[in-house]
Amino acid sequence: MNVTISQEEVEHVAELARLQLTREESEQFTLQLSNILKYVEELNAVDTTGVCPTTSVVADDAGTLRDDEVRPSLSQEQALRNAPEAVDGFFHVPHIIRDR
Amino acid sequence: MSLVKWTLKELQDRFTRGDVSATEIVRAYFLRISVVESKVKAYITVNEKESLLSAARTLDETMGTWRKTMPMMAMPIAIKDNICTEGLPTTCGSRMLRGFIPPYDATAVEALRAHQCFFIGKTNLDEFGMGSSTEHSAFGPSRNPWKLTCVPGGSSGGSAAAVAADECVAALGTDTGGSIRQPAACCGVVGLKPTYGRVSRYGLIAFASSLDQIGPITKDVMDAALMLNVIAGHDPRDSTSANGPVPDFTRGLKKKDVKKLKIGVPAEFFGEGVDQEVHDAVCHAIAVLEELGGTVQEVSLPHTGVAVATYYLVATAEASSNLARYDGVKYGFRAKESHDLLEMYRATRQEGFGPEVKRRIMLGTYALSSGYYDAYYAKAQAVRTLIRQDFERAFEDVDVLVTPVTPTTAFQLGEKIEDPLQMYLSDLFTLSASLAGLPAISLPCGFSREGLPIGVQLMGRPFEEEVILRAARAYELATTWRQKRPRIR
Repeated sequence: MNVTISQEEVEHVAELARLQLTREESEQFTLQLSNILKYVEELNAVDTTGVCPTTSVVADDAGTLRDDEVRPSLSQEQALRNAPEAVDGFFHVPHIIRDR
Repeated sequence: MSLVKWTLKELQDRFTRGDVSATEIVRAYFLRISVVESKVKAYITVNEKESLLSAARTLDETMGTWRKTMPMMAMPIAIKDNICTEGLPTTCGSRMLRGFIPPYDATAVEALRAHQCFFIGKTNLDEFGMGSSTEHSAFGPSRNPWKLTCVPGGSSGGSAAAVAADECVAALGTDTGGSIRQPAACCGVVGLKPTYGRVSRYGLIAFASSLDQIGPITKDVMDAALMLNVIAGHDPRDSTSANGPVPDFTRGLKKKDVKKLKIGVPAEFFGEGVDQEVHDAVCHAIAVLEELGGTVQEVSLPHTGVAVATYYLVATAEASSNLARYDGVKYGFRAKESHDLLEMYRATRQEGFGPEVKRRIMLGTYALSSGYYDAYYAKAQAVRTLIRQDFERAFEDVDVLVTPVTPTTAFQLGEKIEDPLQMYLSDLFTLSASLAGLPAISLPCGFSREGLPIGVQLMGRPFEEEVILRAARAYELATTWRQKRPRIR
């Protein structure tokens, strides 16, 4: 497995993560992520043939869901109070689709 | 002795007896904060003195009419700033949530509020809990009360520093990979990470959901049990919270011995990289437990060495997913002047997150991305199973595991900030209990020549907080470390 990550890959991952990196950051992350990925390569030395992955450590008796009934929740006003921009009871965002 | 030096138990007893009023408590703590906070910088937000004083006066006036006082009544408690407090800003130490005022309480906070305690402030942390020093806070680092040029540990460094500096009587922290235990060790106080599922995570702003737990940071073991009594229990709003019975965790804490307790010492925690002073202090603690009637045997946790790699893949993968919610739409920061939605998302996240959070989002996104998922994330999850099985095997033979909390005492501010991997490696001893979901407590077991605290960690079987609390309390009563307090200068 090739673990060194290229700057193009770093920029692709940033795109996936919706992060707009500066040139300096993408250079720095290329170096730092390469080091970290090199370090985690030690996991390859561990034999995990036939081992089930652990996705959570929830207790056996947890995970019971409550009844599906309507309960009080945040009011519209409360839900919008922390929004950077709200208009007429809606979250306000910049253009999603532009007119041609 | 000034009342800010008292433990939670001592303050409760005196308040219940009427020896001290709620007003006196609030005044004393605000005085203390005014003297030391400019040096320690434990808080991001200190609550308004006048509003707490007015609540205190109401309590004092109605005192005689209460049939029974509740344990946390009038206790000045600090809350880590990634736990939601209704009406009180909750920032996660991030520019992204600057000015965010939660419309609801976390369940643990609600439970404390029901006791009519005082939320004295919100404590500093590494941004979103990602770090081991508080240096990754957007509001600047907190200082170690024992030595102001050293870090208090992290990520709950503000909570640990506030308890050590007597700026609150007890605090809530959160632990994802050691974030309660490591700062507790660095600051010479007690930190308890409960079993995963013991305390509701509702209202704890998520970092890595399969690892995050809320727990107490206190002046002694008795206080940790008192706090856990209030915050533990099933919560229908958190489907991962456990349904089982919640005991009275203070029961059995009067016992001064640990007869019949089988103590395991995992060799992997005492090898290379552990400071001699830390090594010696922890070995001495084990000898004390043996004198108190415990039987000690060596055990093996063979996958300890790969815990750091496993943790940093699992935790960052979960973080990259959890932190996708910060998009500048529903709450928090939004970058100005974006032309379209995508540009707004990217600029908001660029400006709103600090470097460590970005680094971890990048690593997690990479580990989850197409083509790398099996090699990194799935592999780490499989190794996580092996780490859990190591513990299951060890706990067939022993009741508790005793280890160091950290390989060294608190490091200098700035010492590790440039090297993320070195920072990650300082969490080596706390990560495994997080990955396995086990309860673990950190308590003081000595001091370095330099005068910095050293911590010992006790890990137990799932939902056996009582066992580790009892052993920790017996050790605490047999030693005098907790009586030593920092002189802040």
